[in-house]
Amino acid sequence: MSETTDLRGGIRAGLPLVIPTCALGITFGVLAKPVMGAVAPIVMSVIVFSGAAQFAALSVLAAAGGAVPAIVAGLLLNARFLPMGFAVAPALVGRPLARAAQGQALVDASFAIASRGDGSFDRGILLGATIPQAAGWIGGTALGVLAGPVLGDPETLGLDGVFLAFYLALLVAEVGDRRALLAAGLGGLVTLALMPFAPPGVPVIAASLAALVGLRRRRS
Amino acid sequence: MRDVWITIGVLSAYTVAIKASGPLALGGRELPEQVSSITRLVAPALLASLVVYETFSAEGGGLAVDARLVGLAGAGGALALRLPMLPAVVAAAGATAGARAIGV
Repeated sequence: MSETTDLRGGIRAGLPLVIPTCALGITFGVLAKPVMGAVAPIVMSVIVFSGAAQFAALSVLAAAGGAVPAIVAGLLLNARFLPMGFAVAPALVGRPLARAAQGQALVDASFAIASRGDGSFDRGILLGATIPQAAGWIGGTALGVLAGPVLGDPETLGLDGVFLAFYLALLVAEVGDRRALLAAGLGGLVTLALMPFAPPGVPVIAASLAALVGLRRRRS
Repeated sequence: MRDVWITIGVLSAYTVAIKASGPLALGGRELPEQVSSITRLVAPALLASLVVYETFSAEGGGLAVDARLVGLAGAGGALALRLPMLPAVVAAAGATAGARAIGV
């Protein structure tokens, strides 16, 4: 096993992500309040704690789509945690219950910055970086619920652009060699090709299959 | 409101379970090299997918091209100048809001 950063180092590594995560939380709070009321968005950010799934479920509920389609949208988007969980598993330690608990720290940004680029993951960064992000996400949601009427329309403020910049910055840091670039390009293309007709979430899960290019190169 | 609470309850239980399943199934074992050559590419594939998805997703399904694409260009420009994440985020929000203000 290679060395791991301590928890404090992980928290420090996660600090630059607090502001974009908080901005996303505010956006979620502002958008969710008219649909869910004041309490439910905050509870959701605490116990679901997954931006992508929460936004997906919210957009279904906002369109009065009902609980089942809202759940399916969230389930499909969070299905990505299955391959991600397999990827980080070797970095986790302890008894099964302890490892399952550490797996709860899995979020997109922590996953991306804990990745060493060689297939291994830094446990300290994975666990530590999630702590400030949880604070930013939950605090931002509460702020959005409370300050929504003052802030006005989040779309006018361009808050949805925050999401893009956040993922793009993580992606740029992640693309270190040609195979990673190929996987990223394929992932993007698969998503674009499926979006016109596949249900929400499916294009994102299908894109994770682009990681299979890792196999192809090995054989040739 | 009942729909909201059901959605929250089910999604939270499911998210906990799916985040736990990889670590539980695999234990602390090292992945075989063939498998890790795949898992190391999951992050770039997934992040590229999320960028595309968040840029072009339309309300109620399908594709839409709008101010978000300008925001993405703003973020890309900032990152190409090797600026850190925070200025890139500000550039993206500013570009998205600006494009929307002029009616894109």
